[in-house]
Amino acid sequence: MRHLLLIAMPLFALLLGAAAPAMEDSEKEIERYRAMIDDPMANPGYLAVDRGEQIWSLSRGTKSATLEACDLGQGPGVLDGAYARMPRYFADADQVMDLEQRLAYCMRSLQGLDLKDIVARRFGSPGKTSDMEDLVAFISNKSQGHKLAAPLAHPKEREMYAIGEAMFYRRSAINDFACATCHGEDGRRIRLQALPNLTRPSLQVQQVMGTWPAYRVSQSQTRTMQHRLWDCYRQMRMPPPDYLSEGLTALSVFLAHNGEGATINAPSIKR
Amino acid sequence: MIFLAALLAAPIASAQTISPADPATASPARVDAAIAATFAGAAVAWMPRVTQDETQRLCSLRRNEPTQAEADSIVARESATLVMPAETTVLGNWRNGEKIAQNGQGGQFSDAPGTVSGGNCYACHQMAPAEISYGTLGPTLAGYGRLHDFKPEAARAAYAKVYNPQSAFACSSMPRFGHNKILTEQQIKDIVAYLFAPDSPVNAP
Repeated sequence: MRHLLLIAMPLFALLLGAAAPAMEDSEKEIERYRAMIDDPMANPGYLAVDRGEQIWSLSRGTKSATLEACDLGQGPGVLDGAYARMPRYFADADQVMDLEQRLAYCMRSLQGLDLKDIVARRFGSPGKTSDMEDLVAFISNKSQGHKLAAPLAHPKEREMYAIGEAMFYRRSAINDFACATCHGEDGRRIRLQALPNLTRPSLQVQQVMGTWPAYRVSQSQTRTMQHRLWDCYRQMRMPPPDYLSEGLTALSVFLAHNGEGATINAPSIKR
Repeated sequence: MIFLAALLAAPIASAQTISPADPATASPARVDAAIAATFAGAAVAWMPRVTQDETQRLCSLRRNEPTQAEADSIVARESATLVMPAETTVLGNWRNGEKIAQNGQGGQFSDAPGTVSGGNCYACHQMAPAEISYGTLGPTLAGYGRLHDFKPEAARAAYAKVYNPQSAFACSSMPRFGHNKILTEQQIKDIVAYLFAPDSPVNAP
């Protein structure tokens, strides 16, 4: 797999370099390239899957433990389909958690791991990988082909849905933007970029929620929903939301429900 | 016994696919607490962006469809913020206006300090017909000045709409560029010139 990637990368750089003339052309070219490499043998996101698998089994922290006993909602160590059923309520933490929050919980409780370094590397950059992005790539990939079905039965899950919905429509900051400003209607675009309407259950929300985490071509990194929402708030001219904070999980609960039934394809590859 | 347990468990399992139309509520205070927790790490200077003014609060609550009385109160409050240029003409330099309309920088936590904000008009509006990379969140502004017969009072109304669109339309999606000090008076004049100058590409046939 790594050998194939070595062949793919220069071609990739070439295509991006050649895509300068018009935005429409470059969009098409990236779209074509994305279709070409939406394949476990070529998607660089699968390097993160491989790293995540190793981190899952790595003994560390004051307890010299691995993450292998971490309960992601389907029982200790059960990975198959776990990501497709998150965010969810966890009785031990008495909290609704997304995958990254749950991993942080397990790192603390099972491994006795100091999260300072983990949080500092929450978003990978050239030459600096992110344990969280790698773990999410690995674990989400274990839900490949599963249908997204985040539970909405527990009162705290329902409360988080309601908070997420309110936050979606909440206008603030110097531009008065809400999530709904851009993602509130069908068929709108920013410049030439099509905007999915995320306000209610639909096929277009499924297409969004089934394809995170994703290898971002424009960033050369595998990104999670935590990063996507952080980047949305950046564009909304808000301050950076705290990593693993309640509001991001609330938005994820709202979006996961609107994308219910999505077939998970993760990590996917995106612009 | 096992069968009975399975039967009893069935309604609980189906409860997981309950529609969100069923009561799932969070009080405004609970939402505010979640917002506070989410932006707890923000720099003090950025905190005013996290809280809402009355117009933002009302438009969020009504999902941009306020009652007539609420809309009137918003338009009255936002109109009171208008600061119009002293001189009669509000037309600046359309060439600068075009640059401002194309510029999407400014105001983001990723921007370098001192970054001059653009208006980013093209993100949402069609303007010059020759520019194909435009968004569709707002109405087309192609031929705007020509369609308004290049009237000075129409240009002044456009200045007011860029300065504070909610002085004209309650809960407009458009940023209040002048009121929130995103753009300067000169920048807004330049944008108005881009809309109203007869030789501006916006008014090309």
